[in-house]
Amino acid sequence: MLKLTRRILALFFWLGITLLFLDVTGTIQPYLEWMAKLQFLPSVMAVNLISIAIVLVLTLVLGRIYCSIICPLGVLQDFFAWIGKWKVFRKNKKTKFANKYSYSKPKKWLRLTVLAVFIIMLLAGFNAGAILLAPYSAYGRMVASLLQPLYIGINNLLAQWSEANDNYLFYQVEPHNNPLILCVIAILTALVLLVLAFMHGRTYCNTICPVGTVLGYIANYSNLKMRVNENKCIKCGMCEKNCKASCIKVEKGQPVKFDYTRCVVCGDCQAVCGKQALHLAPAEKTTKSEQASEGEQAKESDLSRRSFIAITGTAVATATIKAQEKTTDGGLAVIEDKQVPTRQTPLTPPGSLSASNLQQHCTACQLCIANCPNGVLRPSTDMAHFLQPTMGYENGYCRPECTRCADVCPTGAIKPITKEEKTAIQIGHAVWIKENCLPISQEQRCGSCAAHCPAEAIQMVPLDKSIKQNLEDGQWYDAEGNQLDWQAMRALLMIPVVDNEKCIGCGKCEYLCPARPFSAIYVEGHEQHREI
Amino acid sequence: MKDINRRDFLKIAGAATASATLAACANKTGNDLGDLDLNGHHTGAIPTDKMTYRTNPNTGDKVSLLGYGMMRLPNKPVSPTQDPSVPQTEEIDQEQVNKLVKFALDHGVNYFDTSPAYCQGHSEESTGIALQASGYDRSKYYIATKLSNFAPQQQTYEESVKMFRNSLINLQTDYIDYLLLHAVGGGGLPNLNQRFIDNGVLDYLMEQREKGLIRNLGFSFHGDQEVFDYLLANHDKYHWDFVQIQMNYVDWKLANETNSRNVDGEYLYGELEKRGIPAVIMEPLLGGRLSKMPDHIVATLKQQRPEDSVASWAFRYVGTKPNVLTALSGMTYMEHLEDNLRTYSPLVPLNEEEQEWLENEIANLYVSYPTIPCNDCKYCMPCPYGIDIPAIFVHYNKCVNKGNVPENQQAANYREARRVFLIGYDRAVPKLRQASHCISCGKCVSHCPQNIRIPGELHRIDDFVEKLKQNIL
Repeated sequence: MLKLTRRILALFFWLGITLLFLDVTGTIQPYLEWMAKLQFLPSVMAVNLISIAIVLVLTLVLGRIYCSIICPLGVLQDFFAWIGKWKVFRKNKKTKFANKYSYSKPKKWLRLTVLAVFIIMLLAGFNAGAILLAPYSAYGRMVASLLQPLYIGINNLLAQWSEANDNYLFYQVEPHNNPLILCVIAILTALVLLVLAFMHGRTYCNTICPVGTVLGYIANYSNLKMRVNENKCIKCGMCEKNCKASCIKVEKGQPVKFDYTRCVVCGDCQAVCGKQALHLAPAEKTTKSEQASEGEQAKESDLSRRSFIAITGTAVATATIKAQEKTTDGGLAVIEDKQVPTRQTPLTPPGSLSASNLQQHCTACQLCIANCPNGVLRPSTDMAHFLQPTMGYENGYCRPECTRCADVCPTGAIKPITKEEKTAIQIGHAVWIKENCLPISQEQRCGSCAAHCPAEAIQMVPLDKSIKQNLEDGQWYDAEGNQLDWQAMRALLMIPVVDNEKCIGCGKCEYLCPARPFSAIYVEGHEQHREI
Repeated sequence: MKDINRRDFLKIAGAATASATLAACANKTGNDLGDLDLNGHHTGAIPTDKMTYRTNPNTGDKVSLLGYGMMRLPNKPVSPTQDPSVPQTEEIDQEQVNKLVKFALDHGVNYFDTSPAYCQGHSEESTGIALQASGYDRSKYYIATKLSNFAPQQQTYEESVKMFRNSLINLQTDYIDYLLLHAVGGGGLPNLNQRFIDNGVLDYLMEQREKGLIRNLGFSFHGDQEVFDYLLANHDKYHWDFVQIQMNYVDWKLANETNSRNVDGEYLYGELEKRGIPAVIMEPLLGGRLSKMPDHIVATLKQQRPEDSVASWAFRYVGTKPNVLTALSGMTYMEHLEDNLRTYSPLVPLNEEEQEWLENEIANLYVSYPTIPCNDCKYCMPCPYGIDIPAIFVHYNKCVNKGNVPENQQAANYREARRVFLIGYDRAVPKLRQASHCISCGKCVSHCPQNIRIPGELHRIDDFVEKLKQNIL
């Protein structure tokens, strides 16, 4: 019963979170984003007290069910462990159960060392290292870089069908242009974790995973635990042989021992026990041996309490085209692809407050990037912001009606903002590149940037400096002092001037600038976002 | 952004009621022609010997009332072996063109109208190949082509002569039956003088007519009435053998009303008829817009003659005018060709009531829809900044006709219409070729024979798209 319930709930969470990463249309995201926000490390990073409290209470009551239900990486590992138990992969094909696991000694020091290193890396701002160990973001990277392209491919096939049948059920979506390194990391993570899971069950969760370590030592104090009715137990060892966490020790003449820091309350042991001797039960008057086994772990739990405080402390601390003359009709001019300009300061999305806030909070789970509908967000390949989101405007710009990255971010790296707030958040400012600008490079009148600027931060002024504006009447006069009417003004070559105070850095000017491959106007990022 | 608001709807509904009354009378006369219909006019095989012909008073040419416009030839994707650096992704489907031309000739069509500028400059060559492949003798068909010297560098005597000679080569012929000064009127008299008069090109063409290399000399006209009047005033000097004008039941009385820079068909036709100059008709169907009509109009027209296409009304309308030599139709698909062949094999003329009904009720009803008068002729293309102008307009018009251009969020079908408009927009036009990328350079404006203020319309559409996307309509 416990196993079935766990499996149903796990499937629910796993599907939900996976869909949250996959869906590019933004349809189901409002209904599912809470699942990402319930993830433990992200909620610690975000100091999301409600989520932290929910997970802690759950763990204190029921043990590490977070790891077997809510954590998508845990569920995925269980899935591979389950495949590993199929008869085709077993030596002893005759038995009903796989009986492939056995008790292993707790690797307490390894776990605590990894946890300590993880915390130190976070504190030191070396997220590039820390994120590789974090379970939820590792899962996110796998889905975003390996599964989403497939999902988009299928969506686009359906869109073709939809178009052929003249209906509007599906539409084409541009695939995200992920860097190779993201895919490499995702594939490596997947290989290591899933092979481990296939062969040995929950090895990663009980040795490396920092979240598993923290929750494990908390679970030691949980009220309900998997317990053995020694009167029924015949010491057959089935529970031990089928425990994917390798945390049950069965010895003849000894009471069955559990390492509760590793038990994820999956219920597999209960399901294989022929004597119904296992139950999830509150603490009773404990036998001497149980006292002994729990006392053994009490020492460890001291450490775990300390490390938990350290993690929370960490989180709190860190929470701070040249135009051609046409001669024939029809056809389409070639459009050269835009290239990414070199930015002194990388752009970070509105809501991220500052480059350092993003850098400190982001676990590089790729959820914002997978959800960006405008082709703007992409993972950074720069080591200081490794795989964290950065922005570019070659294929689109940060549209005013979209706050999706801020909506989904579970770590507080991108804080929730409203559309109205977004219009006033300055994430950068536009910079003009004289040599690329059409009025100068081709003597072609343009003004696209000024016409499209949503913040009205760009004005067009005459290129010829002898034409001056009279500050009293606001009109323009030539060198002889003749006032220029609108028709005369319309014949002049004009160049854009940017009011940096008004510019919010949305990138519409850069995206729509006709100069290619390098725009004549591009957005330079700001270290610190401002409200204007 | 104009949509069919309540007042428009009442107007439309009112017009529909009025037209229904008139249609009742029209129906009676329609019955008189019913006998003709029974002779397999609308069903069964298309007759090969029933085409209506008109006689050219100057040469005695018997010209089929249906002329084949070679501007909208079918395309196919470019074969992958071709140079990938060439931007073109489609090329003319010559096999299909051969088939269409042969079918047209077999069913009595004998007038083929092309230009050096059409289909990215490939139309003449394709036409030449298809006519040769048809196996018909050169004397059995008439070729019309044009001097399309639009670019300033082509407007010298030498370049123009070269263009004319190239036409002969591309069309694989020794003479041109109908040669036109292409699209005069835009840019007024100065432009006419620059292109044809001052450089002696018109004199050269008249010489070629003397020599027999050009059998009929004329011009096609769009735009400034001053130029039309000037050329006709000098008829004694130039002896125009024919003139090509834009005419259809909407432009008959409303061309000028809908765009002050255009001239009503009634005036153009009247002036030609007065002087006995045969009229060749272009845009009888407004680039297909008079066949893709809003539902109200389709219902009204279809009710009169349920078996006939919506397009057939437009062709019968122009065919009914006696001074029309031929009506050109740019038939991309076999279905277009078949439908038009049926309409003119033979022509069933409209009676006066029907003509007035189309010119007044239907035309007014039609212009009350805020479509953009783009006929998808692609003269504006290629846009130097890569925008697909006609595709944007075609998508917009399609949405107007289907009621998917909501006026505001209170519109009953707002959510559905928004989805259809936006998804359809991305399907019809790739993002980089959408209206938002227009920089108003204005290079397209002078090329548009319909005198559409293209950049203005593109910006209007872009504003609309932005409002839809941001949900702030």
